[in-house]
Parts: sequence; C-alpha cells; structure tokens
Amino acid sequence: MNNLEEYNNHVEIQWCPGCPNFGILNALKGALAELGKAPHEVCLVSGIGQAAKLPHYLKCNLFNGLHGRAIPVATGIQVVNPDLTTIVVTGDGDCYGEGGNHFIHGIRRNPDITVLVHNNEIYALTKGQASPTTPLGEKRRLQIRGVEIPPLNMPAFAIMQDCGFVARGFAGDREHLQDIMVRAIKHRGISYIDIIQPCITWGTHPVSWYKERIKRLGEGYDPGDKISALNMALIKDDFIHTGVFYEAPSGNVFADRFRKEVTTRPLTELGMQKSENIFDLLSDFKNFI
Amino acid sequence: MDDINVLIAGAAGEGVQTIGEILSNAVAFHGYPVFSWKEYESRIKGGCNSYSIRIGEKPTNAPLMSADILLALNREALDKYKGLTKENSVIISVKKEGDRSIEIPFSAIAREKIGGEIYANTIAIGALISALGMDIDPVKEKIKKIFSKKGIDIVSANLKALEEGFGIVGKECGAMCPWKLPRRDDEYYVISGNEALALGAAYAGCRFISAYPMTPSTGIITYLASVQERIGIFTEQAEDEIAAVNMAIGASFAGVRAMTATSGGGFALMVEGISLAGMTETPLVIVLAQRPGPATGLPTRTAQGDLLFAIHAGHGEFSKLVLAPSDPEDVFHKMIRAFNLAEEYQTVVIVLTDQFFADSRFSIKDFKPGKTVPNFQTVDASGIENYRRYMLTENGISPRLIPGMSKHLVCADSDEHDEYGHITEDLASTAPGMARKRISKLNGLKGSVLPPEEISLEEADIVFIGWGSTRGALIEASGLLKNDGIKAGIIHFTELWPLPAYDFPKDKTYWSIEGNSFGQLSRLLKSEYEINIRGLISRYDGLPITAEYIRRCFHEQP
Repeated sequence: MNNLEEYNNHVEIQWCPGCPNFGILNALKGALAELGKAPHEVCLVSGIGQAAKLPHYLKCNLFNGLHGRAIPVATGIQVVNPDLTTIVVTGDGDCYGEGGNHFIHGIRRNPDITVLVHNNEIYALTKGQASPTTPLGEKRRLQIRGVEIPPLNMPAFAIMQDCGFVARGFAGDREHLQDIMVRAIKHRGISYIDIIQPCITWGTHPVSWYKERIKRLGEGYDPGDKISALNMALIKDDFIHTGVFYEAPSGNVFADRFRKEVTTRPLTELGMQKSENIFDLLSDFKNFI
Repeated sequence: MDDINVLIAGAAGEGVQTIGEILSNAVAFHGYPVFSWKEYESRIKGGCNSYSIRIGEKPTNAPLMSADILLALNREALDKYKGLTKENSVIISVKKEGDRSIEIPFSAIAREKIGGEIYANTIAIGALISALGMDIDPVKEKIKKIFSKKGIDIVSANLKALEEGFGIVGKECGAMCPWKLPRRDDEYYVISGNEALALGAAYAGCRFISAYPMTPSTGIITYLASVQERIGIFTEQAEDEIAAVNMAIGASFAGVRAMTATSGGGFALMVEGISLAGMTETPLVIVLAQRPGPATGLPTRTAQGDLLFAIHAGHGEFSKLVLAPSDPEDVFHKMIRAFNLAEEYQTVVIVLTDQFFADSRFSIKDFKPGKTVPNFQTVDASGIENYRRYMLTENGISPRLIPGMSKHLVCADSDEHDEYGHITEDLASTAPGMARKRISKLNGLKGSVLPPEEISLEEADIVFIGWGSTRGALIEASGLLKNDGIKAGIIHFTELWPLPAYDFPKDKTYWSIEGNSFGQLSRLLKSEYEINIRGLISRYDGLPITAEYIRRCFHEQP
C-alpha cells in the first residue's frame, strides 16, 4: 500500500470544477496505491478528449497520443515492456468512435493492458455533440432532431468477443470504482471498464439522477457466467448496474507465445545488440543449390 | 558475352515466379550475376504475368525489355509478349511461332508422360537450362532438395520432367541457341530490395515491426516474420495502417527500435502518426514502397510519385529525414543509417522505395557489413535530477529516457507541451520555444545527410539527375549514349530531405529522370538550389525506367 500523495503532481487541472472525472482520477490513484505500484512502474496512455487529459494529472509515465489511437500505442508499449503497468485512459468518443476499430482488435489481441473508458455519452471538449453512446432521441448540438442512430453497447460486444474482464463503474461511486480498478489491473490480459461519468456541463441529467439509478451487482452475482454477464450488459431496466460483469481466465495473452518461443529476454535488452545472425541470414541468399 | 534476357510469361498461378526463381538461382550458382524483374497483375489466378532474368558477365542491376529467350506457358502470354523478341531471339512455347521457335505443349506432356499437369513448370525449367547451355546436374540437386519432403515419387517425377524439357530443347534448338554458361568461379548474393531492406533493419537492431499488408511493401514484414526466431524481432499484422504506425510508436517509446512499412494509400493513413512521432520526438522508421496512384492506382506496378508527399507528410512543422536507397547493398546500409538518425534526432525517417526496387532480385558482390554500424544513443539516468523529457538544448535534442527503466518519469504528449511533457498553452515562451526546438533539429540533420553521388561528371556534356532505384538504369543509359557520341554524367540522390549542401557544376546541361509526371525531384531541386534543369524524362505508366527508355526519350526531346 502506497501513500496517495505519491501520485499527486502539480499540473493545473483543466476539467470543469465538480466534474465526475475527479472521482475517476481519485479512484485510479487509490487503486495504484492499493496495488503498491510506484509512479515509474506505471504508464498511462491516452488519446484526445477530456478523459485523455487524466494522465497529466497523476504522477506516472505517460503517452498522450492521437485521438482514438491509445490502444495501439499501449499494445506496442506492453509488447516491449510487459513489466510496466499499462493503462489506457479514454472516453466514449475517443474509444468507441474514432478508435472503434482499435478497441475491437485490441480485445482480439488481448494485450495485458487495462482500458478505462470515461463514458459521458457526449463529446464534451468539442461542446456537446452526440457520441456513439448517446441514447436515441436525445437532442445534441449537431443532432437537432434528436439522435437518430442507436447507441453502441460496447460492454455487451466485449463479452461476446470473450474480453477477459468487462465491468461497468460509476465515477460518483469512488470506493466501488477503485475496487473494480484494482481487479482490472490485476487481471492478466485486456481488462475493460466502461465508467459512467455524467457530464455536468452538456449532459441531459444531473449527477443526482445517475446516483438514484446506480445499483451495484449483488454478492451472489457470478462474473464467470458468460450468459448472465451478457444479460447484465443488455438489460434495460430502471437501474444502471455497476460491478464486474464478466471475468474469465485470460487465455492467450498477446506476445506471451513470442516471449516463450522466440526470445525469453526482454526486447529492450536485445535492442542494444546488433544482430550477428545477419551474416547467417545473408548467406541464405548465396546458397542456391 | 552480351547480356542475355530470358522472359518467362504465363498466367498468375501457372508458376511463372517459381520457374523464374529456380532458374535465376541456377544461373547464379553457375557463377553469373542475374537481375530479375517481375511484372504482375493484381490477381492470384489468370491474367498475364512475366518474370525476366537478365544474365551477364558483370552485374547490371537494371531491366532489359527485349527478350533473347521468350518462354510462354500459354497462347495468350505468347501473343502478349512476342513483340518483345528480336531477330535472333528464340521462342519456347505451346505452339510454333515462326522459324526460331520450339514447340513444347507443357501441360500435355506433363499430363501424358509425367503424371500430372503440376509438372509443367519443371519441364519449362529443363527447357531453359538447355537453351542457356547450362549444367543440368546442380539443378537436379536443387529439385531433390525442394521436393524431398514430398516423397520419392514426387522427386523422381520432377526429375523426369526436368530431363524431358531439357531433352526437347537439346534436340530441337540446334544452332538457334548459341548461349553457353559454363560454371565459373564467381559468387553473388541474389536478393530482392525488400529482403535486403529487412536485413538492414534487423542488423540495425530493429526489434518491432507492425504493418498492414499492402503491395509492394508486404515482403518486408513477411521476410522478418519468417526469420523472427533467428534475429529476435516481434512482428504484428495490424488491423489497419493507423494501428500499425501507432503500435510502432508505442514500441519505440518503450525503448526498442521500431518500424512500419506500407505503400501510398496506407502511408496516407499513417500521416497523422508521422506528425505524432514528430511532436512526441519518438524515433520511427517508415518504409514507403511506392506504386502508381492516385488512390488504389496500379497496385502491383512501380512509380516514383510520392517524393513530395513523403517530404511534406505530416501536419505542422517538424524535422524529418527522407531517404531513397538505390539497390539492395545501399538499402542495407541506409536502414542502419535510418535507425541511427531516427534515434539520434528523435524523429521520423521515411525510406522511399518502389515496386521495382522491392520485388526485383539484384546480384550483389559484397554487402560490406560493418561499413555502417548500429549506433545506439544511451543516456545515463543516474546522473539526472529533475528529469525533463523535452529539456531545451542548443541542438534541439533532449536526453531521451525510457519509461520504467529508471525512477524518472517519461511524459510524451501530442499536445504542445512544456519541458516535462505536460500540456501547455503558454504562448508567450513555452510554445514557440518547443516549436523552435523541433524545427532546429533540421540543422543537425542537414549536416548528417549524404551529398548526391557523382558519376562521370567531369567530362560530361549533359548530366542526368535521378534518385532512388533508377541508379542502375541511369548508369546503363550513360553507357548507351556514349555509343551515340554523347557524354552523359550522373548526379544521383539517395538522401532527399533535408537536401544536403551541394553545388551543382555551373557549365552543365541538366536532365531530370523521374518515375512521375510532375518532375517532383526537379521541382524540389529548383526550390532549394540554384539550378537550371533543361528537361524532364519521366515515366508514369507503371513500368520501371530502363536505360533504353532514357535513351529513346532523350533523342526524341526537341
């Protein structure tokens, strides 16, 4: 257990005062402290949007890249240095819209990373357009007749595709979110949390509206059962269910076989040596018969 | 001995490439340099493809268009390519075509005498071995090796097919085939541009390549994947080119030399990533194997149409390097330079090749490994206090640490950032300082790039200026023009951005030779140097520039 203060840095936070993003930031600090991860052992990777600024507000290594492209960058980092705790911090527009293809294939690849999606059902930084998760009919700045295309249900998709860890969290329930994050980071392979994060500036409902509807999964819930997990992700009732929907053994983690069968030494160590085998390889192009 | 050009033509899937590769390997085994070049349609079966093998006393790594021997596997191929034969050429095909031809119904013989049409290719190889006056025994050994895993029956059927083809031509060609290739004591590497590029990257210490398959670049990652266990390189087929470039950037950030490879359309998708590498100052090597555009263009053909695109790739202003290797030996060293310079200057290096370069197999006497060595930049983290990833320095290069390798935190940002790597909107000093830092690296790069190669310049009346893979054709064209009484020198660029400091001799008449219609090199040179360029010899029909093409265009120019 580390001290929470250890993760504080002195970068001015650009989020709106009172934004539930602060809850996510604090939950992440808490989770890292609980896991005893020192700042230099952590690498946060993000794209663009309000969520993607989070890595700057927490003391750690960070790569704040392009809109939608955090997962490929994190995949590259994780292949090269599996000892880093690599966490993608992204939003619904960043991850499900611009980066949708990478999310899909990230799940297939199953690198040992954690993906935190701040889902506020809106494009906040560009001032209130609909996102891939905005509910049907809700009016947004560009969707003046209301949203006409149905929202994506990415947790359900992820479960269907056997993502080994799928959860929903709520930015306003820090304690529970921190627990989920700890489990997600511990999970080997890709772990994914869709975090409900009400937008207090552009959103339709106040935070209290969400708080009234949040319902944690009960003690008896079995995240190992894929069908009930899928039901949980698809359910349409009066509640927003939070907790670990699905958790399964990690299967083949990306690059594990490479590390076992091709080289057991870290790539970073190999990187400093020239490949003397080149001379053998060159001679392949001379031995014709 | 005059150079011999053997042209093998047939439908996709008929074995044109297999015949070509086995034959060119056999010729090389006899001690003669070969240059082979293939021209193919964007399909897996059918159509009309060709594989041409140029054989000479000395290596001339440039294509010949006319055929001394045409081997056509079907009538359509015969009709399409017979126009490339000359008065003294020999045609080997499924039907007679004039006096100087030998009829071999490959499939029928294979079916009736050998036991299946599958052996038609081996009959063709035997026929060519005989026509070229080569020794059949080493080819038999090769056939045994290739098919040994498939069992004794398959081996003996192939040997029978080889001898069948060898026998028919031996009996019928008589004086038609004057060629003799006795085995001699000379050795060459026979290697494609893509393979040599991949080897150079591996020698440079590249440990990570992510790419999306796109002709003609695919051979690079394919080759590296096939030898990954021997060199220790991680290869990944990405879901698209955007993922490919971003994965490579992630891998590089995490501390290894990383690259990606693509062609025009895929490169277009990577452009935002190029800008990202420029902004985050992450070393990255990108291979752009050109093919004709716009859009999908001619997927399997060649062009030099993306020079200005490559130089200007990436929104915003930052320093980058653009290299254009000329042949396999050159690219082997260029890749080491590419990785060294990408790491030293912490930026993007684009390596421009093309389909002709990527797919052709060249004969190289010696790669001279060791002439260029991987030069790793290391920073001792222990002596650093208050680490700043983007610390301002005189030459714009900041100490680059690797995340997780020390207590220091490494922060990289695509937003404008301060010295620590955190987002900034301080327009008064931080933002312009960072912009200057990124741009000023160009000064250092300018001092690192190599000047163009000068060939036969002193006595020249006219000078051909070219770049990249046309070097062999330029040298051969200069030789052809000498016979016409014209002294043509050559200035050949392989490092194109930033352009090196160079003085073009004042008293020469310059011609720019390019595989594009705009004269992109010509435009670039005029904007950067004091130079008058008299004319442009351009080719943009998807075929490579040959010496004969340069000569003809030169004489046709007013």
